[in-house]
Amino acid sequence: MPGYQPGDADPFDEMYDPAGNIRPAYVDYCDWLSAQESNSLKRKNAEADDSFRRTGITFNVYGEDEAEERLIPFDMVPRVITAGEWRRLTRGIEQRVRALNAFLADLYHRQEIIRAGRVPERLFRQNEAWLPHMVGFTPPGGIYTHIVGIDLVRTGPDEFFVLEDNARTPSGVSYMLENRETMMAMFPDLFTQVSVETVSNYPRRLARSLAACVPPDAANPSKPTVAVLTPGIYNSAYFEHAFLADQMGAELVEGSDLRVVDGRVQMRTTSGYHPIDVLYRRVDDDYLDPLTFNPDSVLGVPGIMDVYRAGRITIANAPGTGICDDKAIYSFMPEIVEFYTGEKPLLPNVQTWRCADPDSLAYVLDNLEELVVKEVHGSGGYGMLIGPTAARREIKAFRAKLEASPENYIAQPTLSLSTCPIYTKKGLAPRHVDLRPFVLVSPGGIDLTPGGLTRVALKKGSLVVNSSQGGGTKDTWVLKD
Amino acid sequence: MMLGRTANGLFWMLRYLERAENTARLLEAGLRMALTRDLVTAEEEWRSVIATSGQQALFEASHEGYDGMSAWNFILRDKANPANVREMFGAVRSNARLARTNISSEVWEAVNESWMQLESKLARPISQSAVGDVLATIKRAATSVHGALDGSMLRDEAYHFARAGTYIERAESTARILDMKYFLLLPSLSYVGTSVDSGQWDQVLRSVAGVRAYSWLNAGQIDARSIVQFLVLDDRFPRSLAFCRSALRDNLTSLARMHGSEGDCHEIMRAADVHIAEMTVERIFDQGLHEFLVDYMARNAAIADAIAEDYRFLA
Repeated sequence: MPGYQPGDADPFDEMYDPAGNIRPAYVDYCDWLSAQESNSLKRKNAEADDSFRRTGITFNVYGEDEAEERLIPFDMVPRVITAGEWRRLTRGIEQRVRALNAFLADLYHRQEIIRAGRVPERLFRQNEAWLPHMVGFTPPGGIYTHIVGIDLVRTGPDEFFVLEDNARTPSGVSYMLENRETMMAMFPDLFTQVSVETVSNYPRRLARSLAACVPPDAANPSKPTVAVLTPGIYNSAYFEHAFLADQMGAELVEGSDLRVVDGRVQMRTTSGYHPIDVLYRRVDDDYLDPLTFNPDSVLGVPGIMDVYRAGRITIANAPGTGICDDKAIYSFMPEIVEFYTGEKPLLPNVQTWRCADPDSLAYVLDNLEELVVKEVHGSGGYGMLIGPTAARREIKAFRAKLEASPENYIAQPTLSLSTCPIYTKKGLAPRHVDLRPFVLVSPGGIDLTPGGLTRVALKKGSLVVNSSQGGGTKDTWVLKD
Repeated sequence: MMLGRTANGLFWMLRYLERAENTARLLEAGLRMALTRDLVTAEEEWRSVIATSGQQALFEASHEGYDGMSAWNFILRDKANPANVREMFGAVRSNARLARTNISSEVWEAVNESWMQLESKLARPISQSAVGDVLATIKRAATSVHGALDGSMLRDEAYHFARAGTYIERAESTARILDMKYFLLLPSLSYVGTSVDSGQWDQVLRSVAGVRAYSWLNAGQIDARSIVQFLVLDDRFPRSLAFCRSALRDNLTSLARMHGSEGDCHEIMRAADVHIAEMTVERIFDQGLHEFLVDYMARNAAIADAIAEDYRFLA
């Protein structure tokens, strides 16, 4: 492509190799692209923006009065993964998700992993996401995390790392679906030239997976009633909640619609109360049941935990799974995977220093300018330090925080994330990306939709891909064999 | 199966849409009237527009006198008026968002696009030269949402709750406009039948988009009886009280059929039907138009309350 300068071997560019040859994944796409007129691409780019605004795919950013709803920028160059690469990723992701569920089951029952001395007890005792209410209780089908998002980064041809596990309530799947719809509407001919695995059946797969998690004492065992619980229209992911409910044919409910009636969680319909069997909840644990957790919550359902324990409703994901999102737990994932699967992890972690450990802390403090430091409970790109790009003042402030409460932090090397081309006014340009595939878990097995959400740092050289920090998204293609 | 909260959202989405449109028409009529009168009458005109919108006290708390520019900015976008059109349309959109899974994407996009246009047009104070365009945008927004609703929605509960909201609000609005003008112009029975200020009635007809229809039916003759016949009893005119009641009856009948049972709203509706079926222009004037309208609005509000109760709009 004229003008595209991916740089040398580092960072790894997913479209070009250092010699300037197009990598196999992008060959068909580039064939198509070189036949397009540049003016028509420019026009399409503007169209995409309009279409997102019209359909209302927006993202509420907390703390921004002016722009209550903002678009996540969409880039029209797809991110392409070959069938072979995807097969390897699938094996690694499935292994990791199996381990996560086994770990949660163990943690809330016999705690073998702690007895075996592989993970320290303090790790979850101090963790706010740890729910004593779940101890000794087995969720329907033994499944804890029904929907998981595994964040991956790439640094080389065969080098994929897990950056984060999202076992609580991973979001972003609506972008995976809408990005594909937009691409197909914009470039119908492109999809006739390149064979891409479909993602659009995700809502059906989700509905099937949730329905397979029917509780032991369901009101409608043969055809369970599924509902999506949202905090409401002001939540940043409301669009996604409505979108998924709509596509699944499930009701979209708020706490105020629900009440425990006759020992069941029921929703207020125009013809009376109707029992729910499976609740895909998109509210946090703390707000789920004001009788058990935060008494001030109006987002949840008083008494739902009793109904849950009585086996009359499935809550997906199970309460207490958020502990796996913790970055201190993350640092133990290689041990966790090995402990429960008896195998070496197929997908490695990024090297991680736990600042709770004095030797690690000393190393981290000596090398702050080189490292990425993250809060153990933080998410969304907030509360983190990227050493190489941080101002001296920021580093100083972080040093003080680290010294005050080292156990709240982990540190990782500044990874050279792979780059993909994005469309800019001056033509294609390389930008750093990550990838979040979405995994569904039910007693029927693990189901991974071929694709995911690719987030891209739109600013040249930036490594922060979070949408709350100016990142964008791309359609993610898994090629057919 | 539909959530009570969603039914409430659909009902109010269309009520607010109707309210925004009616408010735009009221302003448009006021604008035209003020242009054709001297300054003193124009001031009186704007007072009447603000009064009809029900915001007189609030307006006077922040303004010395009445003039067009302050009146339309107050009604359209002034933060001192929490019921301004910008807020109304915001409520249309949040209700559409809340009921997103029960409306077609055509309806959602019509609402969302209209909202985006209005947000940008109502972001800054509106000048004399811009106000016409803003009002046209509001009316067009209503037309496109109505069109999407009729053209793309399944005739299930969602549609009938939305339409019930339309006709409850429209009936309320027509009755209020008529009552306001009648009260101002014809305070006592002795005036009835005498020649009226055709400019004022022309304005009433304009605020309900009925000028052409009325002229066509009455060959240009303007008198109080014909206007009442037209706005109250003529069930061919889509903003008349009789039309709104009849359309509402169809929606409530469909809901009863879908639910397999009737509620209090159906009972109140039937009593109100009997009442209006017995009405003639003579009887209305005998009873007093104002008294008739007050009774009509009370029944209308009672039906709305009963719908909310019967279909579990609120917890």
